[in-house]
Amino acid sequence: MLKGRHLIDPSDFTREEFRELFDLAHKVVKNPEHFKKSCEGKILATLFYEPSTRTRFSFEAAMLRLGGSIIGFSEPNSSSVSKGESISDTIRTIECYADIAVMRHPKEGAPRVASQWLTSMPLINAGDGGHQHPTQTLTDILTVELLKGNVENRVYGFCGDLKFGRTVHSFIKFLSKYKGIKLILISPEELRVPEYIREEIIKKNNIECIEADKMEPYMGEMDFLYMTRVQRERFFNEEDYIRLRDRFILDKEKMKYAGPETYILHPLPRVNEISIEVDEDPRAQYFQQAKNGMYVRMALILKLLGIY
Amino acid sequence: MLQITSIEKGIVIDHIPGGFGMKLFHYLKLDKADYTVALIINAFSQKMGRKDIIKINNVIDLDVNFLGLINPDITINIIENGAIVKKLQLTVPERVVNVIQCKNPRCVTSIESYADHVFHLVDPAKRSYRCDYCDDIVIPHTV
Ligand SMILES: [Zn+2]
Repeated sequence: MLKGRHLIDPSDFTREEFRELFDLAHKVVKNPEHFKKSCEGKILATLFYEPSTRTRFSFEAAMLRLGGSIIGFSEPNSSSVSKGESISDTIRTIECYADIAVMRHPKEGAPRVASQWLTSMPLINAGDGGHQHPTQTLTDILTVELLKGNVENRVYGFCGDLKFGRTVHSFIKFLSKYKGIKLILISPEELRVPEYIREEIIKKNNIECIEADKMEPYMGEMDFLYMTRVQRERFFNEEDYIRLRDRFILDKEKMKYAGPETYILHPLPRVNEISIEVDEDPRAQYFQQAKNGMYVRMALILKLLGIY
Repeated sequence: MLQITSIEKGIVIDHIPGGFGMKLFHYLKLDKADYTVALIINAFSQKMGRKDIIKINNVIDLDVNFLGLINPDITINIIENGAIVKKLQLTVPERVVNVIQCKNPRCVTSIESYADHVFHLVDPAKRSYRCDYCDDIVIPHTV
């Protein structure tokens, strides 16, 4: 039963509970119309302590497509939060008005603190600092299932900033629970996955893994290539950035090395790490992925409210 | 060994790792005590080489969780009428609340002062702990 529960960290749900959620998400994808009145009379509160338009729109669109309504703030300056109200006071006030809430916060663990003050309203973490962003991972997993049928026995490529990329860490953690996973991690030396991911997740679970600094030799065997941005400010000097940047940009030329069913994913927003010319390639799935994000959030809202 | 008059009723904290006695003495605020207290530094120990000992001629509340966090090998003897009546075994605590503080500047506990600092044991061998909020790892006995 997911009714009344919070989703703060992916470990809050068991594997069976995720299965239940994804099964509903598949039904939503097949027939979204069927759910258009499911949340009639229900209110979702979106508490965004830092702006993230994309994530907020995804949640709001999800609730509106379920027939529900929305209240909230999109930056703390415009709310009582700017007057120094504590998270515990804000969340208890919101619980008086809303049926379910979503929180984005720059501090790690803020949604966990908030959840401790709630009596019955479910709370969803929409990103807390560099820590967790569970609904992005739900989006990624649903996209994998929709494209390939299942998660197991597949080769996952990750490319770009693997050191600071929270979505990558969370996705790898999730994948580590499945059988037959192979990882190919493509990044500049400076931006390789953190030690704890390599030691506690990859090695501990005996996951086959290759780390490299160019993608072409490995693209043919990948089922998915998950692209992330390489930010200029992550480099110590400009020369390194310019020298390495192009290696981690996916263009039409590099797509020739990809397999016929190597799907390209990206959490969006993109800057220049995927050339626009790649968009028309049927293997480019990042916009569909964004749509799946809305569907999986619809399923999540339905489950936490106990409607399905 | 230097003889310290034995105590009548109180607590003896033994097998404190060498060099840590003074810190513990201050942590327990024994420098402010109005009863007899002895801190013995560099006592000989068969097992440890050198150890520190604290003798307290009073019954006080000890934070056993904190001591277990520092070193589970520390022993606590309860003394009554000059004899040991009870030996407390320390364990490495699974969960500690408001004993150690999260040092991660990005952690929510740095801004929401009412939030308890809660940690869970990750690795009993290393005695490392993970913050319940931000997942930052600390090894308390090294800080
Ligand atoms: Zn913390």
